[in-house]
Amino acid sequence: MLDTAKRKAMLRQMVLLRAFEEKLEELYQRKAMFGSTHSYRGQEAIAVGVCSALQSSDLIASYHRGTGHLIAKGADLYTLLCECMGRAEGYSKGRGGKMHMGDMAFGFIGNTGTVGGTVPTATGAALSAKVRGSKEVVISFFGDGAANQGVVHEAMNMAGLWKLPVIYVCENNQYAMTVSLEKSTAVKQYSVRGAAYGFEGKTIDGNDVEAVYEETARAAAKGRSGDGPTFLECMTYRWDGHFGGDPGTAYRTKEEIESWKQKCPIKRLKEKLIAEGHLSESEFQKTSDEVYADLAAIAERAEAAPLPKKEVDLTSIYAPLEVSHG
Amino acid sequence: MGRSMLQNGLQGPRGERPVPSCFVLNNVHTDTSISLYKGRKNFRPPMNLEFTMPEQTYLEAIRAGLEEEMRRDPAVYIFGEDVALGGPFGVTKGLAETFGVNRTVNTPISEATVMGLAIGSATAGLRPVIEIMFIDFITLAMDQLINHAAKLHYMSGGQLKIPLTVRVQCGISGAMGAHHSQSLEAWLAHVPGLKVVMPANPADAKGLLKSAIRDDNPVVFIEHRGLYWSKGEVAPNSDSIAIGQAAILRDGKDLTIVALSSMVAPALAAARELEAEGISVEVIDPRTISPLDIETIAASVKKTSRLIVAHEAVEQGGIGAEIVSRVQQEVFYYLDSPILRVAAPFAPVPAGPTLEKQFLPNQERIVDACRRALSSN
Ligand SMILES: Cc1ncc(C[n+]2csc(CCOP(=O)(O)OP(=O)(O)O)c2C)c(N)n1
Ligand SMILES: [Mg+2]
Repeated sequence: MLDTAKRKAMLRQMVLLRAFEEKLEELYQRKAMFGSTHSYRGQEAIAVGVCSALQSSDLIASYHRGTGHLIAKGADLYTLLCECMGRAEGYSKGRGGKMHMGDMAFGFIGNTGTVGGTVPTATGAALSAKVRGSKEVVISFFGDGAANQGVVHEAMNMAGLWKLPVIYVCENNQYAMTVSLEKSTAVKQYSVRGAAYGFEGKTIDGNDVEAVYEETARAAAKGRSGDGPTFLECMTYRWDGHFGGDPGTAYRTKEEIESWKQKCPIKRLKEKLIAEGHLSESEFQKTSDEVYADLAAIAERAEAAPLPKKEVDLTSIYAPLEVSHG
Repeated sequence: MGRSMLQNGLQGPRGERPVPSCFVLNNVHTDTSISLYKGRKNFRPPMNLEFTMPEQTYLEAIRAGLEEEMRRDPAVYIFGEDVALGGPFGVTKGLAETFGVNRTVNTPISEATVMGLAIGSATAGLRPVIEIMFIDFITLAMDQLINHAAKLHYMSGGQLKIPLTVRVQCGISGAMGAHHSQSLEAWLAHVPGLKVVMPANPADAKGLLKSAIRDDNPVVFIEHRGLYWSKGEVAPNSDSIAIGQAAILRDGKDLTIVALSSMVAPALAAARELEAEGISVEVIDPRTISPLDIETIAASVKKTSRLIVAHEAVEQGGIGAEIVSRVQQEVFYYLDSPILRVAAPFAPVPAGPTLEKQFLPNQERIVDACRRALSSN
């Protein structure tokens, strides 16, 4: 059972994830951020629940809607914001942008602009963990749309076959761009796909951060003890459009969006803690204000950070040659 | 409507049996009266489906080409992610309303199998036009495209036909980064059995798309995202344009620039800039890179004795290398200077807008290459 301090920490993290998306949206609107945003608002409980149950040596692989995963796993906010704004001090020196990064310092093996692209790589990291005999587990985050990519199936088959310590966290927000779940698959829940490859699949409430935490902790323990992968389908909803500027209302009803906002993961934990007498409205407000203010200050610093040099940057395209011959 | 057309108008692969009605797909019904783009700030709004204006954007011209071909031939259908609502740029917007969602079919995110299903349906009587949202994602469908689409006709001793059009868009535009900005046309041009088309203006886009759709071979039709909102004159119900014919866009006698896709406009601007200094530049757009119209290019170089090739793809292994090689083979003794390429550096496309700008070949670099070519000898 989660203690109060941990739950309060998770609440704060969820507020941070939301504040971060709102900051990106603001930066995008005034063209301080480029490319596109993919708002994580509404899905915060998944990144926070999953990553709070991990150890720092565990690894994650993320996807386009992934800033939340990175922050929850321990990304540095300044470096991340620099990358989003194309600054030289960003994770990819301003060359990758929000979707194309990686940093082993916090166990992040990459995110992607190609849907489903990191599911095999996450599985490969789990293969490594197994071969090395380490106790690491790997999280493969992906969306419901990605679940229909061939490589996702191939990866899950191998993970089942070799009992790899990987947890497939399918964030089922019920839409892939404009296409809804029932227009993408004939199965009711994607979790049945675990069984298709010989391992456990479970559908859980992805807006309940405590449930996400508990299930991840269980699956991670299973992975560490050599009992193989788990498919965790986390039911959720993206509050915003698919990307920056899409109001998200062309293919979803206002009522549907509103009903999911009522199931806000932050509100849910907050109200629970208040009902239990562990939190007051004013304490929450204070925390939230702090989070927003801290983030605003970091974003300001990142925005003032230098842009990359003017010449085309040809560094780190190849790793330095350290091959010994003969 | 889609249903009756399919049931009544179609022949099977050997021309005898009607396509069974089970092709009419379930679960594809989308309310197409709505738009993803209303309120979207950083993209231009989709165009409406009026084809009476002679001026059209590249995007509208492609849509018009699709519409006219779908009207002409009931076997033509569109297959791809988010196509029913128009896709991220609105190219196919409105077609589902006109032709029904059974001919403008949304698929799951499964590029490999979208390609494979399209190939199979093409062998069996349909004429699919699939959309791969970004050329970067064609990589997922390569087995189907390269090993099946490109070779089935050959492997079946000429029996099987693959009347498949693969629409993709490529290139740098909007700081979208390493996974949404590549130019991979040279990969495709390396494969016998595929045709590869890269139009640079609205009229060519429409005319070549018509040819691509009518062609009984797999044709990869590469659009450039940065050109979608550029305008040009396009006649309604205009003719198809033959695949494999270069266009001489400007006559000149001192130097030839061969420019592809997004590089055509900067090449023309470079030619105008040099004209002011009394240098006469010929500009050629190959329009198709496989088959490549080397005769037109070689004839031009024979006249001008100098050649610059400009494309947005990285220089190493780019289609420019093929052009240069074939030109020198044809007209080596007419050349007065080394042939130069203007292309992107050998690096992934950077995402930051300042970096992206430095990466992209432009008018200045084309002019610079022209000057270098003119000053040697
Ligand atoms: C290989 C590939 N195909 C298509 C796309 C275009 N695309 C980007 S996001 C997306 C929808 C993804 O849906 P889902 O996996 O459910 O994630 P969500 O956006 O809902 O978080 C699509 C089709 C892409 N980026 N990569
Ligand atoms: Mg989704």
